[in-house]
Amino acid sequence: MSDVVAALQGAVYDGFAKVEAAGPRGMITVKGDLAASVLKNATTGVAGVDFPGQGEANCVGEKGICWMAPDEVLVLVPYAEVPDAVGRMEKVLAGTHHLIANVSDARALFFVSGLDAREVIAKLTPADVSPSAFRPGQFRRTRLAQVPAAFWMRDAETFEVICFRSVARYVFDLLKTAALPGSEVGYF
Amino acid sequence: MSTRLASGGRLLDRAKALEFSFNGKRMTGFQGDTLASALLANGQTLVGRSFKYHRPRGIVASGAEEPNALVNLGQGPRHEPNQRATTTELFEGLKATSQNHWPSLEFDVGVINNYASKFLPAGFYYKTFMAPRLAWKHVFEPFIRQSAGLGRAPKDRDPDTYEHFYAHVDVLVIGGGIAGLAAARQAGAAGAQVLLIEQTAHWGGRAPVDGAEIDGMPSEAWVRDTVEALEAAENIRLRTRCMGAGVYDHGYVLAYERLTDHDPHEGLPRHRLWKIRAKQVVTATGAIERPLSFAGNDLPGVMLASAVRDYAVNYGVSPGDRTVVVTNNDDAYRTALVLKQTGLEVPAIIDARFGSDGELVQAAKAAGIRIEFGRAVAKVKGRARVEGVAMTTQAGEGAVLEEIACDAVAMSGGWSPVVHLWSHCGGKLVWDADQAHFRPDPEVAPVGADGQGFVRAAGIASGAMGTAEVLADADAAGRAAAEATGHKKRRKAAPKAEPESPAPMAPVWVMPQGAGEALRSKMWLDFQNDVKVSDVELAAREGFESVEHTKRYTTLGMATDQGKLSNINGLAVLSQSLNQDIPQVGTTTFRPPYTPISMGAIAGEARGDIFQPLRRTPMHDWHEENGAHWEPVGHWRRPYCYQRPGESVEEAVHREVKNTRQALGFLDASTLGKILVKGPDAGKFLDMMYTNMMSTLKPGRCRYGLMCTENGFLTDDGVVARIDDETFLCHTTSGGADRIHGHMEEWMQTELWDWKVYTANLTEQYAQVAVVGPKAREALDLMGGMDLSAEALPFMGWAVGEIGGFKVRVYRISFSGELSYEIAVDAHRGRAFWDALLEAGAEFGAMPYGTEALHIMRAEKGFIMIGDETDGTVIPQDLGLDWAISKKKDDFLGKRAQARSHMVDPDRWRLVGLETLDGSVLPDGAYASAEGKNANGQRNVQGRVTSTYFSPTLSKGIAMGLVKRGPDRMGEVLEFPKIGGEAVKAKIVSPVFYDPEGEKQNV
Repeated sequence: MSDVVAALQGAVYDGFAKVEAAGPRGMITVKGDLAASVLKNATTGVAGVDFPGQGEANCVGEKGICWMAPDEVLVLVPYAEVPDAVGRMEKVLAGTHHLIANVSDARALFFVSGLDAREVIAKLTPADVSPSAFRPGQFRRTRLAQVPAAFWMRDAETFEVICFRSVARYVFDLLKTAALPGSEVGYF
Repeated sequence: MSTRLASGGRLLDRAKALEFSFNGKRMTGFQGDTLASALLANGQTLVGRSFKYHRPRGIVASGAEEPNALVNLGQGPRHEPNQRATTTELFEGLKATSQNHWPSLEFDVGVINNYASKFLPAGFYYKTFMAPRLAWKHVFEPFIRQSAGLGRAPKDRDPDTYEHFYAHVDVLVIGGGIAGLAAARQAGAAGAQVLLIEQTAHWGGRAPVDGAEIDGMPSEAWVRDTVEALEAAENIRLRTRCMGAGVYDHGYVLAYERLTDHDPHEGLPRHRLWKIRAKQVVTATGAIERPLSFAGNDLPGVMLASAVRDYAVNYGVSPGDRTVVVTNNDDAYRTALVLKQTGLEVPAIIDARFGSDGELVQAAKAAGIRIEFGRAVAKVKGRARVEGVAMTTQAGEGAVLEEIACDAVAMSGGWSPVVHLWSHCGGKLVWDADQAHFRPDPEVAPVGADGQGFVRAAGIASGAMGTAEVLADADAAGRAAAEATGHKKRRKAAPKAEPESPAPMAPVWVMPQGAGEALRSKMWLDFQNDVKVSDVELAAREGFESVEHTKRYTTLGMATDQGKLSNINGLAVLSQSLNQDIPQVGTTTFRPPYTPISMGAIAGEARGDIFQPLRRTPMHDWHEENGAHWEPVGHWRRPYCYQRPGESVEEAVHREVKNTRQALGFLDASTLGKILVKGPDAGKFLDMMYTNMMSTLKPGRCRYGLMCTENGFLTDDGVVARIDDETFLCHTTSGGADRIHGHMEEWMQTELWDWKVYTANLTEQYAQVAVVGPKAREALDLMGGMDLSAEALPFMGWAVGEIGGFKVRVYRISFSGELSYEIAVDAHRGRAFWDALLEAGAEFGAMPYGTEALHIMRAEKGFIMIGDETDGTVIPQDLGLDWAISKKKDDFLGKRAQARSHMVDPDRWRLVGLETLDGSVLPDGAYASAEGKNANGQRNVQGRVTSTYFSPTLSKGIAMGLVKRGPDRMGEVLEFPKIGGEAVKAKIVSPVFYDPEGEKQNV
């Protein structure tokens, strides 16, 4: 589907960290009893990663599961695989009380990478992103300046940041402003 | 006159000369100077005029406590008033001007106030401007406004940028003097994550100036070694030019970092506001020297003793050839010794005490300095600057014993710990009678969520006076802070210094103690606001016993320095006047920030394009490129209309309405809220949320629903589609999506917690387009892929399918009264779908339309709009929506409230249509007048206009309004007075102006 265009897709800013708007990514909200093995099986079955604990994100490549709330996870898959993933999870969870919703298009995804990527994030979020408090494998729902956002780390130097699609421009501009060369904090 | 010494100045780089200007005069300083030291080096002792009397004022201090040397900095858009010369680092090309003078600093007309000072006593404003009332507005206020205020407010947009930074640490140490360094060193050694911040550009505070020795080496060397060691530690971070501004609940601290003030750099952030969460805070904020209250203590050339030696040692600046030292303690003798060592004259040390044999006093004697015990300054001689002092006995009334010629006076009334940050969040103070100051009471510290103190004062800020005590105290504070954050003690020895044994200081609040009114009215307490000893005494006599009242009555401590110098002296004078002990009188409240911080820093990155988040639909760019005239809807921007070249906004709106009614219109409806509600109890839940019965809705069908608050008032409306047995999709208003989602979640999480329901806000998952008009079906059929006939998809039905290759969900609903399909596609394909629609619609004359056309068309149909017909006081029954209120349900939110007597009162204002007799458009919000007047003498009213438009379809003004018993009064004519006096007559009619049978939408 060539006419599938993510918000700001392809936008890049080379600051003291690199800010990139990613292409479409499959994101599926799954609500239910996180302790139930059927829900774990359904989500790990399509994401191919371990089920995360509280505040964690288990991500490999484009796939992963992020802990959103005590009754909610976010399942990540390649964009094209969403219908299939939703179908498979619905099948496994049939008969249980749950909610599965494709939210891939409701979101924008950004990568912030570089040695000082943490500083870009720390200028905008009240969450603690110091290396001792936030590492790959963790997930944080918080805000960036004035809008809700969440992020996790793909590796020690790369953040993946999600926000609502409508504020993609705002968040890109925020990240860009925070990554202005010369404005490094030199803190972490 | 002050001048630069041939050598010295430990902070200067004499190889780097810097040009700057003051009041247009070119001057030269060195790298490392502050503006204040550079001004003094250039002989500029007069730097401003005082607030009330326009008296000449010079530099008093060398740091953040400076009350006088406030200047305008910069020019044009970078102009900034009230900048403290003592904390402004000099840079090449700095431009400063003095404040509060007219026409010039040297010759100021306002100084006439000085001679009239008898007529400007404490509380002057309150006493003088009470009557006559009109005089305030026309005489007094303009005069005061013109003469008041120090700097000029900047008028242009600030070209600089600012930012925030969030830090989370175990221990935050505020203050980089030897106490802060010692505390950080010990906390760091225990393994805590430590952040140490210092407001100036230099570490070590005043220890190097005061000649302390630590661990057997000069303090300067110790400071350098310690900073190096701290910088090398991975768990310790250090920032200079970073001031602790405020301490708040939960260990939240604001710090203000000045990034480029000292070296303006286009494009880089100027200030950074640190938002710090600290488990423990150590305030090593030092102390501030107090002035002494003697007549003429505000003349340029009278300075704090510590400032005099700061300028000499740090900046190689002499305050004048001859400096008289006036003191009540041993510490000021350091200044005499420093000046003597520099080769300057100290004609005398005037010491109010009866004697002292402290080490410093002995050293002064050994240096051959004349010391006069039991003496005081009767008055300072000179008009625009110090020319000498008249000496008297401290015990007496001011009879002059001797006049001593001098160029400067260095005064010291003792030291007050900087307790501001300790006090911001509730730390209490104790009065230390030996030092005559308030210091933090460690027993009553600011407490955190666990009930334990989270702030510790360290060093002289906690009342430890000597170097040895400061180091021991700070070391212990750092250790305790680390321990409180769960870090183990390490055996790291505290830094050591030789104990000192100064003689006790003597509290001296007025000099001489028996001074009469004439002298007291020339003893300044608050230099910036011109508050004198006599003013505070007058306030006490007039019954102002509370220190907070006295502060406001006299304006003591209310200037931009917030009483850093005047506070203790002022309340000591007040307590003497009231014949109470100082601790009984207490202090005024210490509020953040410690010194003023820039508005820009508070705003941070939020300016320009990112001042506020702007929400954009997937089609936003198309709208922008096609003449969208924007309307804000929540944080969204929606096209109000699309203006074509040469077209007015009104013409565009009318064109869009007509085209939609006659052919085909497209509306970007993506902003509509879309909340998925799912679960076995979803139907029951929606029956509770909506006034309608939703549980009976069949899958594949839609129903318009109303939501009320528990008080019965209409809060939102929208179409609910039943997706399957357990699943509903609830559409909300554009502005209401987040609010209604929150409303649902709140009810589920608090009251209905055991109902099996999940919700998800899918508003942004879909781009949604309303395809509206008689040609809607034809155009969509042309795109192909889905049967959209009345039989396959009847009115108020929905279906999924494919249109033109796009996977869609189509709702057959209409807010315009025309044949209408609302089509949802995945947002990432929204723009492509929009483009495809425009292409397919072209041959049918399709045009996009904006929110105003939407509003007009719904008003023509008599459809209500949340926010127009509702305002938080309107119930559905007022709007004739009884049909949407289920009588069968046991309960729904608002049901009980709607049964209250006032809600069922037949006199309520209810919705009707309004048609002007002359076809004109009623003014929005206009009231219908009624007979008589109310208790306030205002005209009675009986209704008001809620929506009013010119209808291009009907070629006349149409309106809706709420009218008392409205629907019972069809055909009556009401009068709507307009602003200006005339009235418009309008007839009460049905609110449905267009196609009342609904034939157009149901085809």
